[in-house]
Amino acid sequence: MTGATKRSDFAAIAAWVQPGTRVLDLGCGDGSLLRFLAEERGIAGYGVEIDDRNVLACVKNGVNVIQRDLEAGLSVFESESFDYVILSQTLQAMKNTETIVREMLRVGREGIVSFPNFGYWQHRLQVLLGRMPVSRDLPFQWFDTPNVHLCTIDDFEMFCRQHGARILERIVLNEREPVTVLPNLLGSIAVYRFERI
Amino acid sequence: MSHDPHSVGAVTPQSAHFDQPLTLKSGAVIDAYDLMYETYGTLNAARSNAVLVCHALNASHHVAGHYAADPKNVGWWDNMIGPGKPLDTNRFFVVGVNNLGGCFGSTGPQSPNPKTGKPYGADFPVITVEDWVAAQARLADHLGIECFAAAMGGSLGAMQALQWTIAYPERMRHAIVIAAAPRLSAQNIAFNDVARQAILTDPEFYGGHYYEHGVVPKRGLRVARMIGHITYLSDDEMASKFGRDLRTGDYEFGYGVEFEIESYLRYQGDKFSEYFDANTYLLITKALDYFDPAKECGGNLSRALEPATASFLVVSFTTDWRFSPERSREIVKALLDNRRDLSYAEIDAPHGHDAFLLDDARYHRLVAAYFDRVADELGMKAKP
Repeated sequence: MTGATKRSDFAAIAAWVQPGTRVLDLGCGDGSLLRFLAEERGIAGYGVEIDDRNVLACVKNGVNVIQRDLEAGLSVFESESFDYVILSQTLQAMKNTETIVREMLRVGREGIVSFPNFGYWQHRLQVLLGRMPVSRDLPFQWFDTPNVHLCTIDDFEMFCRQHGARILERIVLNEREPVTVLPNLLGSIAVYRFERI
Repeated sequence: MSHDPHSVGAVTPQSAHFDQPLTLKSGAVIDAYDLMYETYGTLNAARSNAVLVCHALNASHHVAGHYAADPKNVGWWDNMIGPGKPLDTNRFFVVGVNNLGGCFGSTGPQSPNPKTGKPYGADFPVITVEDWVAAQARLADHLGIECFAAAMGGSLGAMQALQWTIAYPERMRHAIVIAAAPRLSAQNIAFNDVARQAILTDPEFYGGHYYEHGVVPKRGLRVARMIGHITYLSDDEMASKFGRDLRTGDYEFGYGVEFEIESYLRYQGDKFSEYFDANTYLLITKALDYFDPAKECGGNLSRALEPATASFLVVSFTTDWRFSPERSREIVKALLDNRRDLSYAEIDAPHGHDAFLLDDARYHRLVAAYFDRVADELGMKAKP
């Protein structure tokens, strides 16, 4: 499955998703993750995507997609209508971070979030040397980045405590390899599974 | 006319006669009727590749191609349907039908009333979207189509596609619902009523029996079309197309045609009143007003759509203010509540409601991709 190899967080997410469940993928891109989950886990799901090209790609991928700006909320989705609501590599690009996390917890039984860890040592080093960080998992220059709300692993965990989210599981990755020691320093991507308290 | 490889070419309308009485939603009964239709492409051996195309207010069964004797008479959705087009007639068997009550050859107000021998006129019963779909289902029986691969329509045509999924879920695998609304708003009904009033108050309407007087309520029909046309275009589109342009370059301080928009609307109105029947216009606007599948479910559209098992593609256009994207999202929400397979796209197009008829690359690519999926499901091999 080529789609799943594209992003290192897909395998981690797929490992958490139980077979036959209902999944909502926010900012689903070309639908690779949903397609992967449908093929490997037999899930039923929908993606939400704003970009025309991605919406087209989803239809080509045979994935259900709803064209919508995530910033406008998830009002078309009923409360607790999904087992998992996934926000993969999109949290840091959201303007209304608190709203979207609240909406994830309303619509889904569990939320799954992945994001690039700003606290990764390469990022810290670049800032220390006086430059905005650019890396494999943070590939944008400061002037053309979609990212507006970058955070570290510690930041996100504090955010969860403050916003009624209980973290159920966490995987920190560096180039696909799990990181167990000093995750906020050595991990480039963090993936969380959480629920409403 | 030079041969266009992406056109279905010269087509021939056909007529089917039905003599099993049809009981309408109003309770009225039509004992026998004819439906005009056209087909393009070939029905496969499994009879599984048929796609029904439903028309909106002013269109007909002539969906694609042209007539050999009248090559300029090109089908109303020719940019969408043909060999290699989004709805590809190399793969699908496409059926276009003129609805009951229409004025392009199907039984309607112009047809003779068997009880009097004279045209029905205003006595033709009021028809609903449900009735149209019931009649279309009989046409499907006639053509030997047990289950359609898809129904597709824009605006009022989309309402028929939606109704198909509710009334005959086992006979419709997919619905392509474009520029739709699950029911008209008060504003929509208001515009329709102004159009109707224009016709009803035309002195040449004669209570709907103008045929007997050898006249046509052209003035009413013209105004009806003008008001309708305003709602099909976006403010921006009108501004960019016409702005405040004047035909002679300056004010004439009179009531003649001065602004280009006036000229355009009058031309559209004149053209329309030449070929469209006033009674049919009244009937179709009523069908629009009455369509409300949620009505019988206490206003709950999700419950109304419970029977539908089809997969859906719902498409809206950002500048459509007649049936805005919000209206399509009502349908999307109801389908999501029912956990249906569904994709929804909001096409950023400047043309307003009319966009569904226009050749827009993003829109057409999306519909093409969706039909690829329909073809995939039917086990057709991928396009080269």
